[in-house]
Amino acid sequence: MGEFSKPFDAIVVGAGPSGNAAAYTMAREGLNVLQIERGEYAGSKNVQGAILYADALEKIIPEFRDEAPLERHVIEQRMWTMDDKSHTGMHYRSDDFNEEKPNRYTILRAQFDKWFSSKVKEAGALVLYETTVTELVKDLSGKVIGVRTDRQGAPIMANVVVLAEGVNGLVGQRSGLRNEVSPESVALAVKEMHFLPRETIEARFNLTGNEGVVIEAMGTITKGMTGTGFLYTNEESISVGIGCIVSDFAETNVTPNELLEAFKNHPSIKPLLAGSECKEYAAHLIPEGGYKAIPQLTGAGWIVVGDAGQFVNAVHREGSNLAMTTGRVAAETVVSLTRKREEMSAANLAEYEKRLGQTFVMKDLKKYKGIPDLLHKNKGNFFGTYPRLISQAMQTWFRVDGIDKVSKEKSIFRNFRETRTLWGMMGDAFKLVRAWR
Amino acid sequence: MHVVVCIKQVPDSAQIRVHPVTNTIMRQGVPTIINPYDLFALEEALRLKDKFGATVTVLTMGPPTAAESLRKALTFGADRAVLLTDRYFAGSDTLATSFALSMALKKVAEEFGKPEIIFTGKQTIDGDTAQVGPGIAKRLDYNQLTYIARIVETDLQAGTIKVERRAEGGLQVLESKLPVLITMLEASNEMRRGSIENALIAARAEVVTWNAAAVGIEDLTKCGLRGSPTIVKKVFAPTARTDKAEIVEVDGKADARAAALVEAIFAKAPSVEHELLEQAAHHYV
Repeated sequence: MGEFSKPFDAIVVGAGPSGNAAAYTMAREGLNVLQIERGEYAGSKNVQGAILYADALEKIIPEFRDEAPLERHVIEQRMWTMDDKSHTGMHYRSDDFNEEKPNRYTILRAQFDKWFSSKVKEAGALVLYETTVTELVKDLSGKVIGVRTDRQGAPIMANVVVLAEGVNGLVGQRSGLRNEVSPESVALAVKEMHFLPRETIEARFNLTGNEGVVIEAMGTITKGMTGTGFLYTNEESISVGIGCIVSDFAETNVTPNELLEAFKNHPSIKPLLAGSECKEYAAHLIPEGGYKAIPQLTGAGWIVVGDAGQFVNAVHREGSNLAMTTGRVAAETVVSLTRKREEMSAANLAEYEKRLGQTFVMKDLKKYKGIPDLLHKNKGNFFGTYPRLISQAMQTWFRVDGIDKVSKEKSIFRNFRETRTLWGMMGDAFKLVRAWR
Repeated sequence: MHVVVCIKQVPDSAQIRVHPVTNTIMRQGVPTIINPYDLFALEEALRLKDKFGATVTVLTMGPPTAAESLRKALTFGADRAVLLTDRYFAGSDTLATSFALSMALKKVAEEFGKPEIIFTGKQTIDGDTAQVGPGIAKRLDYNQLTYIARIVETDLQAGTIKVERRAEGGLQVLESKLPVLITMLEASNEMRRGSIENALIAARAEVVTWNAAAVGIEDLTKCGLRGSPTIVKKVFAPTARTDKAEIVEVDGKADARAAALVEAIFAKAPSVEHELLEQAAHHYV
């Protein structure tokens, strides 16, 4: 192998947001980095809604807005609870979001990831595509010293392996660093991209220029399962999708496709998609177990970032920003150890976890650590009963039919109490507040 | 031995979409691939490398992004990549393309040795003309072997090559003197998976990049749109057929079933019956 026998400073497994953030950060700091991606190109296997949170990327590539392929910046957020025929919404729209450096963008991952990957190469990292890392190579002490791929040839050596391999964490599993992801802590989301002319999107969603709208929805659309639906406006297309916890799918035997079809045909969604042409269909797993599901993150010669570390804030629908941040922080840890010529030992790499604890990533995940369990255990109420009750109350309240308002109020309360006991409701409210704190 | 493979980066036709309003091809975001026929050509070249230690050069003409395809060719095991790129080449038809490529091939011969074999795919999937390969052969005065299904034997000492050519009406076995240009048919072989070493070399490799001047093109009117007499009149998406297939259910023996089927077709389209009868009458006169 000659020139290849010298170990790399770092090998990054995967070219999603976390892997790219890590590879970019290390390469820019002069480390000799090899990144290995199984897809034909970065982004070819990656699926997301997708919303890009500017802040996390800005900390890595401050001038990204000048070059990255972005669709629309989000100026309006709609939060809906839905029953079969209605939605009750809270909308927030502000001209403040039309700022010089907008905060959130809709993106198409196939294009965005390709761009991010080109930046990684520009920064000096070596990137291999269509190559799958099959296992980690360890020395006698158990320290990870390299990787083996599905291509013929000798293993490739490195001082440290950054596992940015995505939600399933197969390499980590195969190498005995972690357990299989449990079906209770991952969601399966399916989405479609619907083409619509720019003008139609702008007229339909009340937008000008590159303004965009995001709709997040929960309720009976998930048929009693723990999950949410979404609809995002892109430049010339709409991303629409829905996802639920995998174990719920298994329990109910509802297929994701059925769920998406029903969501698309919901009277509140259908007119938004009218006349569109479905261009692509994608599905992906999302780690939603939160804080409690985070696996071991570091060991001798290895470090875990992004979805592989279960870094998703399900409550706020944030993931790619946590991915980029963990990738960056891991990279900074490796860079500082490399500079100090220190060992990539378990003890030294644990510095990553310490640094992560200071960021929003760990703080947010800790804050919501009780939420995934709570929602999942009470899914019948949170994703069925309550959305239905809210809709009925709204309808009673807004329908003008000669019945006096006091009677209406009473009927609303009666309806709530008959469906769910007062104690039950208070209990759910109490638990939700406690989990939220 | 030096073998050159001409490849082209093309849009993945499986993922091309037509804009529903303007009816134009939407290229943005459509992934690009190496023209599939060219991969058969490349694999054949790599087999010559395995067998005779041939050096394999891949050559393409295209925008700077076409370097991706070259790099991918290197991951399979090619030794050297050459990109011919210049804004003057934009809009080239087959005449202008074969001119530019033949100039680049002359330069390749000068710099890296005269190729005994130049390979191309039988055609590209975006142009579908199958003219560039023969155009190059003619300009370089190489023998040309088109629509080749298999290389039977290469005799370097005698300087000959024997191939199977799929032609109308059967398989031809042809022998030619080297040097020769070969255009490869589909499914004549299966592309290998490059080793990890190939992948690393490819990721590190410098792509040799030449512009029009570098390959000695002085007369720019022979390049690009200006050098292309072909005019694209119209691009359109064929409308999907709306009439559905009908299933005719008939029982009985084969003959009876065939008769019933013909009956059903004639009932549906009397003109077909009329025409066939007329033809038959004519035939038996």
